[in-house]
Amino acid sequence: MMLEIKNLHARLADGREILKGIDLSVAAGEVHAIMGPNGSGKSTLAAVLAGREGYEITEGSVRYQGRDLLAMAADERAREGVFLAFQYPVEIPGVNNTYFLRAAVNAQRRHRGDPELDAGQFLRLVRATLKLLDIGDDLLQRAVNVGFSGGEKKRNEIFQMAMLEPRLAILDETDSGLDIDALRTVARGVNGLRSPDRAIVMITHYKRLLDYVEPDYVHVLQDGRIIQSGDKDLAAELEQRGYGTFADAMGGDAA
Amino acid sequence: MSASLDTQNTVRELSQEGYKYGFVTDIEADTAPPGLDESTVRFISAKKEEPEWLLDWRLAAFRAWREMTEPDWAKVNVAPIDYQAATYYSAPKQSAGPKSLDEVDPELLAMYEKLGIPLRERAALAGVELAGVAVDAVFDSVSVATTFKKELGELGIIFCSFGEAVREHPELVRRYLGTVVPQNDNFFAALNSAVFSDGSFAYIPPGVRCPMELSTYFRINAAKTGQFERTLLIADKGSYVSYLEGCTAPQRDENQLHAAVVELIAHEDAQIKYSTVQNWYPGDAEGKGGIYNFVTKRGACRGARSKISWTQVETGSAITWKYPSCILEGDDSVGEFYSVAITNNRQQADTGTKMIHIGKNTSSTIISKGISAGRGQNTYRGLVRIQPRAHGARNYTQCDSLLIGDRCGAHTVPYIEVRNPSARVEHEATTSKISDDQLFYCRQRGLSDEDALSLIVNGFCKEVLKELPMEFAVEAQKLLAVSLEGSVG
Repeated sequence: MMLEIKNLHARLADGREILKGIDLSVAAGEVHAIMGPNGSGKSTLAAVLAGREGYEITEGSVRYQGRDLLAMAADERAREGVFLAFQYPVEIPGVNNTYFLRAAVNAQRRHRGDPELDAGQFLRLVRATLKLLDIGDDLLQRAVNVGFSGGEKKRNEIFQMAMLEPRLAILDETDSGLDIDALRTVARGVNGLRSPDRAIVMITHYKRLLDYVEPDYVHVLQDGRIIQSGDKDLAAELEQRGYGTFADAMGGDAA
Repeated sequence: MSASLDTQNTVRELSQEGYKYGFVTDIEADTAPPGLDESTVRFISAKKEEPEWLLDWRLAAFRAWREMTEPDWAKVNVAPIDYQAATYYSAPKQSAGPKSLDEVDPELLAMYEKLGIPLRERAALAGVELAGVAVDAVFDSVSVATTFKKELGELGIIFCSFGEAVREHPELVRRYLGTVVPQNDNFFAALNSAVFSDGSFAYIPPGVRCPMELSTYFRINAAKTGQFERTLLIADKGSYVSYLEGCTAPQRDENQLHAAVVELIAHEDAQIKYSTVQNWYPGDAEGKGGIYNFVTKRGACRGARSKISWTQVETGSAITWKYPSCILEGDDSVGEFYSVAITNNRQQADTGTKMIHIGKNTSSTIISKGISAGRGQNTYRGLVRIQPRAHGARNYTQCDSLLIGDRCGAHTVPYIEVRNPSARVEHEATTSKISDDQLFYCRQRGLSDEDALSLIVNGFCKEVLKELPMEFAVEAQKLLAVSLEGSVG
């Protein structure tokens, strides 16, 4: 199993419990969508999986390719193939975007025991990936995310994801606030990554992205718990009825 | 937001590595008795077999110094300095003046090798004449070796120790010494003028572009010794020179005083680029020991269209007090100041520049990057003065501070005096913190804590680092990373 989450409870430093017993299994080759209203714990789940500090895991376990994910440091998780596309990508002034990405790619390669890519090899990989995603090279020579528009930031995340070829990609509301072109880029990136040995978890508020990337499973997250799972039709149902009434119908605690 | 716990721990472990230049070299030294009065000044002058005029010049400085008090306007806490307890002259024995590298004590050469300073002249690379860097090494008080002298001499460039310049080129020394930093300029400059022991001297003749980096390497070795070197650098009409300066000192528990003076003179159309990587021993994590770096550096753009550019990377010293400045006398002359100053643990820095616009259409640029970590205190202090005659003068100042952790401090103290209405002066300042978000973003892409920190800091300093000559840029980047080890917490 690529990812196996069992009864995961997590709380903030102030004691507020955000995740209240998540169970989720994701096999290689699958695409899962996790939907839910604001404040349901979607982004916390992504952060906990990626190893962000500031959360206390009080109960439960997460296994990634059979290993205890929670015991691994954030950078080790990344080097082991866990990728998080950030909801709010961070600006790093003065650091060239290409240089940053090369450092990341080579950190992974070192970890796997592969030789590092020199500037020429890396550039060829960059060109090929840009072509695949059908995006321009205008972001390459700018500082990481500095002065990027919202759409550019998300495109940059998808570009990084394609370059790093993760085993498990988690997209945290990558689709929110995007125009249709940017949404298509994101979809191209995700669909291009789909393969039998990878898994993708898309966290989203809206069904829109799911029109471009068809998920194998859809889960509804509400108040820190998955209250319903199904196939892509669940997303359509959810959109029709809204989260509030949906939760009522399911007997869950409406937010 | 402060950096994460994990980061703090990793970095703390790494910091145990400490300061790798902290060794002491066991060398017989010729040392003056501790204390400072006129006889000390006479002793030093006599040791160096100086002419009467220079002794008089020193004595005038000493008398001025006796009447002065230490400046107290900088934002630094200085433990009281007992000037009578220090030693003002320490020279490796057989220092009568080595004529060539072969005469230099092998222990000394071994030490410089340990420091990574290539003292041995490297054979000129095939097809490239005069490649490399000419080095003047100053050990405690005395210049021990100057390389590439012959090659430079063929172009008429003089590059030697200060003492040698006094003997061989007294007319040049006498003409320029103290014309940019007068003996009584300030407390520490006056002290230096009285007791300076050696230093470097360079003269670039008209129209000559110096084909290599000139470099001085300073090393304090002896205990309880102050180092007071002087650098005098003259670029005659239409000439160009790039000058590098590096410094280290052994790890000692007591504070050591370093009070240097650097004077630069750029004549018409001449350009001087002066780069410093300062890595004096900063003291331990609790603030014990370390160098007091109280330095006066100033350049005069005497001629029209002349240019002086200071670049400094200040990572060492317990206290740094220095303001490399430009006096823009010549019309259309240009002054630049690029600075990175790091304070970690208990280090304190009060550093910046003065740009004095006197000539017409003079322009200056100030880019200052201050990084504070641990309990470090970092102050940018800068003066931009536009004199009444300086029509069309321009200044651009950018001051950025970066905080790591929540126990350090960053301060910006700009002084702007404009006496000509046609002047244009811009000042921009920012303060930011390395955030958990930035570190996490880097780590989520697979970078380790240290790599993430170093990446972010180097990005922050980029505008300054790119001004450094290639030889120094790589070293400076590594030094930034090393200086910040143990920084978070």
